[in-house]
Amino acid sequence: MKKLLAYLKNYKKECVLAPLFKMLEATFELIVPLAVSAVIDVGIAEQDRNFIWKMSLLMVALGLIGLLCSVTAQYFAAKAAAGFGTGVRHALFAHIQTFSFSEIDRAGTATLITRMTSDINQVQSGVNMVLRLFLRSPFIVFGAMVMAFTIDVKAALIFAVTIPLLSLVVFGIMAVSIPLYRKVQERLDKVLGITRENLTGARVIRAFHKEEEEKRRFEEGLESLTSMQNYVGKISAFLNPLTFIMINAATIVLLYTGAVQVNIGSLTQGEVVALVNYMSQILVELIKLANLIITITKAAACGKRISSILEMKSSMPAEQTGGKAFQPVNRRSPMVQFSHVGMAYQGAGAESLSDIDFSVEKGETVGVIGGTGSGKTTLVHLIPRFYDATAGEVLIQGKNVKEFSLEELRQKVGIVMQKAVLFQGTIRENLCWGKADATDQELFQALDTAQAREVVEGKEGKLDAPVEQGGKNFSGGQRQRLTIARALVRKPEILILDDSASALDYATDARLRKAIREMEGTPTVFIVSQRTSSIQHADKIIVLDDGEIAGMGTHEELLQHCQVYQEIHESQFKNQ
Amino acid sequence: MKKNDKKYQPETLKKVLSYIQAYRIYLALSLIFAVVTVASTLYIPVLTGQVIDHVIAPGQVEFPVITELLVRMAVVILLAALAQWLMNVCNNKITYEVVRDVRREAFARLEILPLKYIDGHSHGELVSRVIADVDQFADGLLMGFSQLFTGVVTILGTLLFMISINFKITLVVVLVTPVSLFVAAFIARRTFSMFMLQSSTRGEQTALINEMIENQKVVQAFSKEEDVLEKFDEINRRLEQASLNATFFSSLTNPGTRFVNSLVYTGVTLVGALFAMAGGAAFTVGQLSCFLSYANQYTKPFNEISGVVTELQNALACAERIFALIEEEPQIAEPQNVKKLTDVKGNVELSHVCFSYVPERKLIEDFNLKVKPGERVAIVGPTGCGKTTMINLLMRFYDVDSGSIEVEGTDIRDVTRKSLRESYGMVLQETWLKAGTIRENLIMGKPDASEEEILTAAKAAHAHSFIKRLPKGYDTVIGEDGGSLSVGQKQLLCIARVMLCLPPMLILDEATSSIDTRTEMKIQNAFATMMKGRTSFIVAHRLSTIQEADIILVMKEGHIIEQGSHAQLLDKKGFYSELYNSQFAV
Repeated sequence: MKKLLAYLKNYKKECVLAPLFKMLEATFELIVPLAVSAVIDVGIAEQDRNFIWKMSLLMVALGLIGLLCSVTAQYFAAKAAAGFGTGVRHALFAHIQTFSFSEIDRAGTATLITRMTSDINQVQSGVNMVLRLFLRSPFIVFGAMVMAFTIDVKAALIFAVTIPLLSLVVFGIMAVSIPLYRKVQERLDKVLGITRENLTGARVIRAFHKEEEEKRRFEEGLESLTSMQNYVGKISAFLNPLTFIMINAATIVLLYTGAVQVNIGSLTQGEVVALVNYMSQILVELIKLANLIITITKAAACGKRISSILEMKSSMPAEQTGGKAFQPVNRRSPMVQFSHVGMAYQGAGAESLSDIDFSVEKGETVGVIGGTGSGKTTLVHLIPRFYDATAGEVLIQGKNVKEFSLEELRQKVGIVMQKAVLFQGTIRENLCWGKADATDQELFQALDTAQAREVVEGKEGKLDAPVEQGGKNFSGGQRQRLTIARALVRKPEILILDDSASALDYATDARLRKAIREMEGTPTVFIVSQRTSSIQHADKIIVLDDGEIAGMGTHEELLQHCQVYQEIHESQFKNQ
Repeated sequence: MKKNDKKYQPETLKKVLSYIQAYRIYLALSLIFAVVTVASTLYIPVLTGQVIDHVIAPGQVEFPVITELLVRMAVVILLAALAQWLMNVCNNKITYEVVRDVRREAFARLEILPLKYIDGHSHGELVSRVIADVDQFADGLLMGFSQLFTGVVTILGTLLFMISINFKITLVVVLVTPVSLFVAAFIARRTFSMFMLQSSTRGEQTALINEMIENQKVVQAFSKEEDVLEKFDEINRRLEQASLNATFFSSLTNPGTRFVNSLVYTGVTLVGALFAMAGGAAFTVGQLSCFLSYANQYTKPFNEISGVVTELQNALACAERIFALIEEEPQIAEPQNVKKLTDVKGNVELSHVCFSYVPERKLIEDFNLKVKPGERVAIVGPTGCGKTTMINLLMRFYDVDSGSIEVEGTDIRDVTRKSLRESYGMVLQETWLKAGTIRENLIMGKPDASEEEILTAAKAAHAHSFIKRLPKGYDTVIGEDGGSLSVGQKQLLCIARVMLCLPPMLILDEATSSIDTRTEMKIQNAFATMMKGRTSFIVAHRLSTIQEADIILVMKEGHIIEQGSHAQLLDKKGFYSELYNSQFAV
């Protein structure tokens, strides 16, 4: 939470001014009972009409100044809160951008999204309320007590006893309900998860006609959320009645003490009225404070959850990547070299890759083949450093990938992932991800290579045709070709196709590979594939089996010596 | 925009009320407790005033009367507190249950909306309606209950009490306070559109967050973090402004009405003091004190009500978005007496089918196809030719525009969706698993499957070996959308899922694209057994599958351009033979 408050530092002025003006307003409010008391003791008692008028004018003036102060305070509070929310949102989003793949896997996207949205909204309104009321209310409470002391010490002692007792009750209930609100939020998260799942999996759920069951599952989650909300609600419902009892009990004592004091002549009737007024002012403020505390409780719980994300450190922080020892690449070293590389995912028991050792020269094409879960994707993900090798090192042109800045490294590497993802916008915007200032000519060149020109030509608006969220207005194969084109636009030195032609038919796949081979600048290409036909022309084929290299060489060599490869090949060509 | 707001608001309110109706008992209780709370709360100043009137000057204090009054006060206080607590509990209950009902209904609607709607809307935005908007709505509703209610009762109660004490001074109070209402209403009207803007900007931002965070890996691969952040910041800045406007202008209500209050307070003091000065017994100092605290209590609800009004505006804006979802046209409902598709052998007939996603772009026109039981239909064609459209139609995810699809001679629109979809086993290209254990995922199609059946299916799909290596085997919990499993593993699970229920017809969409060919070969064998005697539709890429098919549909750009057997199509020397020959041109 403290960490979050740092985002208020650009609003220091507002954060000081908002409560300050609120306190000013409160001060004027505190003078009012004194004026009334004077009206009773002086005006009425001495039949002074002028005095009563004068006091009334004073009260109107106090109200007017109060209004001005309050409006000013509201403005500063709103400004600070909106700025704070914006700042935290920016920081959190930027922070998530620094996460490596490991952290994203760990946190989960649903969680990240709730943190970014409803949690921040809650904190923002919390800040707004705090700035407006958190100082004002205690100020009035203590201010009323101080005023009471100026009237009569003995009566004021009642204030001095009541206030700590009240605080005890208020903070006690708060202490009990904070953890409970956190539970409410957790259960809300679950409800959110189910909702998302039912949107992404709508087809499958309907195919298995699971609508009713999903509804039941959702209702269960909802029920547990509601019961927890009711439970917390019951506890916090105590707050107002309890404070009400306490403050009125105090009023009773006050009246009795006042009566005794008036009887012996050390207090006037008007002063008793003023004291009672102060007591009821305390009540009003306490009710506000109690409501405020509920808001704060919620906001603090949300804030804590946001902080926990902000505290998640990227396993590849920017300061550790690149710019360290300046070490130029060696053009004569192999383009990519794996030196006894091992890799275990966070929290996983066994290594997903072990003792991977090979090197690739510039311009070579490397095929990576192997069974499901054999570590193909993991292997290629080590090259642009999506994950760090846990043993050995990955070198590009003789330089450890950890010594490149991520930006520089990823500039060299174009990767097309298994899941073809396009973003909302236009085709052009999507392609320009590869290179921000690409010309139409460059774009079409990449599209041609990726066999995707017809996709673009087939759309109204061509390059400027809209892409819906998730690329929903394109088929799987179209998306795949566009993502390939996107990677090609930047003319990477190393191109990785991670099983990214799986939705392409053989003919397109073949044309694609041919076009890539003929690309200018002859990139070093890694093709991860299930099909031997996609990689058989590669200069080097790496056969992976359960995280280890089962064979390496050309198609012909492997057919002779590598049993795993033979089996794979046979399984594909036996039928033809 | 402005006009719409005005028109829809009462309607939205009416809908909200219809949800509350189910809890009218609690509502009635809440109302009763509110009246008790207010009445007893209002009685306290009267007692206080009477005490003060017996505390006049030194030696003029009547202790026995005071003691009796104070005891009475204590009883009233306890009563008020109890009633207030019960009222709070009722209000909480109503709010949380109403919110639950709204969420339940929204979710239920999601389950029956046509896929067209789900495909056409950003998921993030829909989620934000069900979660964030409903929450905001709940906050508004709770405030509405706890404060609007007591507020109104307090105003009425105070009026009665005041009139019973002194009519003329009451008049002062009554004449000035409407100004407060006017101020509140004025501000609320001005801020509604600001809240709408805030709400829609938030929706826009949520959609972006959803898209980017879900695909963070791609963002990073292209080092686009900064560009994405820039885009985010642009919306963020707009949100800041919208949020500042909405917050600030709505927060003006409070000081505004408070100022009016202070006018009332002053008015009472002035007039009351003049009265007290003029005629000794007609208006006492105690009554003035009582009146002053009433003036406070009377105007305070106006304060709160105005606060509540802005909060309610906000809540209504959210409610409007939720109701828009709840009222979205669902897929065509099934008639009451609709029959179930039973005894499916595998006869499928498509006649004169026309279909398009958007009217301007015709996709399938006058398509005819007759499939006999046990036949295999391979759908082939270049990437992106619209093969999945066929699946959407067969499974009735989308309805045909004209023509008909019949299974066993019955139009699929005349049978229950459940029975139709039950007849198909489907493995899609995009694997989807739900958060839960592996077992829960496998038994989706057959909840009562025995352990043995599950194992058999998993083994048949070659998923058993990797499942048993997972930390808790079949009871391993996988995260949303398969979590840490590889694409291939997810696909194996999807296949096992279908293997378990073995429906009479199959739909396989490039089902094996992410599985290595060795495993695939084994799966193909299992598939072959499974397909025996079952009508199968396969979106195929592999020649072996295609060659063995009884009917091959060749699709291009959404249209079916050729159909026939492998041999027939080769003879035709059309698009298919070109496609086939290119396979060897590698």
